[in-house]
Amino acid sequence: MSSIKIELRQEDLNKIHEICDSFNNEPLELINILHRTQEHFGYLPAEVQEAIADKLNISTAQVYGVVTFYSFFTMTPKGKHPISICMGTACYVRGAEKVLDEFKKELAIQVGQTTPDGKFSLSSLRCVGACGLAPVVLVGNKTYGRVAPDDVKVILKEYE
Amino acid sequence: MHLLVCGGTGCRASESSLILESLKRELEEKGLGNEVQVIMTGCFGFCEKGPVVKVMPDNTFYVQVKPEDAAVIVAEHVIKGRPVQRLLYVDPKSKEHVPDSKHMGFYRKQIRIALRNCGFINPENIDEYIAREGYSALGKCISEFTAADVIDIIKKSGLRGRGGAGFPTGLKWEIASKNKADQKYVVCNADEGDPGAFMDRSVLEGDPHSILEAMAICGYAISASKGLIYIRAEYPLAIQRLKIAIAQAREYGLLGKNIFGSDFSFDIDLRYGAGAFVCGEETALIHSMEGMRGEPTNKPPFPAESGFLGKPSNVNNVETFASVPVIITKGWEWFSAIGTEKSKGTKVFALAGKINNVGLIEVPMGTTLREIIFEIGGGIKNGKKFKAVQTGGPSGGCLTEKHLDTPIDFDNLVAAGSMMGSGGMIVMDEDDCMVSIAKFFLEFTVEESCGKCAPCRIGNKRLHELLTSITKGNGTMADLDRLKNMSNVIKDTALCGLGQTSPNPVLSTLNNFMDEYVAHVTEKRCPAGSCRELMKYSIIVDKCVGCTACARGCPVNAISGERKGPHFIDQEKCIKCGACFEKCKFGAVLIN
Repeated sequence: MSSIKIELRQEDLNKIHEICDSFNNEPLELINILHRTQEHFGYLPAEVQEAIADKLNISTAQVYGVVTFYSFFTMTPKGKHPISICMGTACYVRGAEKVLDEFKKELAIQVGQTTPDGKFSLSSLRCVGACGLAPVVLVGNKTYGRVAPDDVKVILKEYE
Repeated sequence: MHLLVCGGTGCRASESSLILESLKRELEEKGLGNEVQVIMTGCFGFCEKGPVVKVMPDNTFYVQVKPEDAAVIVAEHVIKGRPVQRLLYVDPKSKEHVPDSKHMGFYRKQIRIALRNCGFINPENIDEYIAREGYSALGKCISEFTAADVIDIIKKSGLRGRGGAGFPTGLKWEIASKNKADQKYVVCNADEGDPGAFMDRSVLEGDPHSILEAMAICGYAISASKGLIYIRAEYPLAIQRLKIAIAQAREYGLLGKNIFGSDFSFDIDLRYGAGAFVCGEETALIHSMEGMRGEPTNKPPFPAESGFLGKPSNVNNVETFASVPVIITKGWEWFSAIGTEKSKGTKVFALAGKINNVGLIEVPMGTTLREIIFEIGGGIKNGKKFKAVQTGGPSGGCLTEKHLDTPIDFDNLVAAGSMMGSGGMIVMDEDDCMVSIAKFFLEFTVEESCGKCAPCRIGNKRLHELLTSITKGNGTMADLDRLKNMSNVIKDTALCGLGQTSPNPVLSTLNNFMDEYVAHVTEKRCPAGSCRELMKYSIIVDKCVGCTACARGCPVNAISGERKGPHFIDQEKCIKCGACFEKCKFGAVLIN
């Protein structure tokens, strides 16, 4: 399922059980459970999905199917500073693609990847609803508006 | 007097919460903390010039306010009654400061029904909603009307679904009410996935109670006791405000058991999306709410017969619900007097792209594109020429100059080859390549296709490949026919609304901008100058001074020439990165 192999510690397992219990181990709540689990672990590795499937008494395939269907869920850990470039239409026509290219060039990674030092990860998302500020870039929870390709180096410097 | 600070997403991203704090602190220091209220409201709509601060009751409208401006606003405006001129909006034509929002071109043509409370009330305070007739519609329904009366009012109002398809809301409610079951559900579709549309988010953030009230009214009308709001996880602020609103409404007895002392009970829960555009389709949305992959299924059965957990469910979009309470309080006659013959009321549009006034607007149905783009929107940015406006998002199409005077409503947009969609309106200028725009939308559809049916999964992928090859200069005239044929097949055979509408951007650009496609194919030229692979860089010999900056900047050593002599670009080696253009200080590099 995933190239990342991790060993779940007992406390991780307890956490997963606690989250599932808080939703009464109800398979209908799978998406909510995955949201909470990802909030805790930062991502959803295969081992975590197996533990959830066991606890809810559903197949791992069902959990994996849901995880891979929705773009919000990720099976690889994000960087310490996750960078998201809005690729909504408004940002696109105002030059978001050039900004994205600049980030790819500066960080030497592609969309969906994390830098080897684990510091930055790059993703594109669809419309954060701040079209007045297009093109928009998010680093963690901080929003940068009207970003030009030249601003990319300046933004990255803030996190050095 | 009170001060309203915009707490919409755009303004908050520009640190409007710091403005709120600074204003409060300044007022405290001047001993006015108890007399002047500072309120964080929902979106004002005028995102272009945010953050926005409005002074009531005189409607003074301050734009691009910074936290450090708080001192002067308090010292000058609040204490001395003199508006701060430099923070007022400047009319781009007359160059004069506009004293209040009522005189701004942006607001003059707008009628705010769905957005009536956005930018007026504190969305986290139920009392402010109640003070503006909030929950009186629900009270009126329960005490004066039967369920059938309510459905009748909504039917007569002519309200149609604002999520895209424009299905008559009253009829939808009637069908759901006729299906008997022990449990029915009212579902609010807040999975606003259309990139470039943010009206649902603004309503939820600026006026969450209006949605709760409308859902309860719907519950009363179709005899459902349970409501569910399916909301995108990407909207944390809207989620937070909905949670607050639900808790307050429960505390006031406006949600829960025996509302207003009647035997009607209704409560609402939230369900979260996880980033899938197709979940805006109602059958996919229901599967997602059941914790499964958000794949659509064939209709019938419609959700009104068999929806959430197999029970009759009525699904309406946020903006549709937002219009319901006012229709009850002001009457269907009032609502149906606004708009065109078949599309009543108003529509919220998210105006974005190459336009001067980016923002959220609400206009009567029947307003023309010209009024929206050139009067409300203030025209095209940087004085460029208008080229097209894309409506309906990835499912819609491009409208051009010749459509500017068409009155906008559900049916006229479809007739013009586009659709209403959720109300995204992206304006494009002469620099935008329409083939690239079609490619952009197809890229979106390919990514968001759930993969269940072959026409959408495979067909859209092929469309995208063809478009990519055309933008790289590898297309043929036969490809253009292929594009058209394949688009029509996908339209006719795809399973759900996503697939059936996904070729629209291709078809509408083929119809309106055939010459651009032909230029890409036959001349290997992008008329808008935006397709990188079709650009040709050359050096103007007369302007080149031989400084060698371009040659040193070229990553593939494609530029040759002696120092102080003219340089040349080897077209075979050139990768069209544009580095030489950026490096040349003498304007000697030419792009074709």
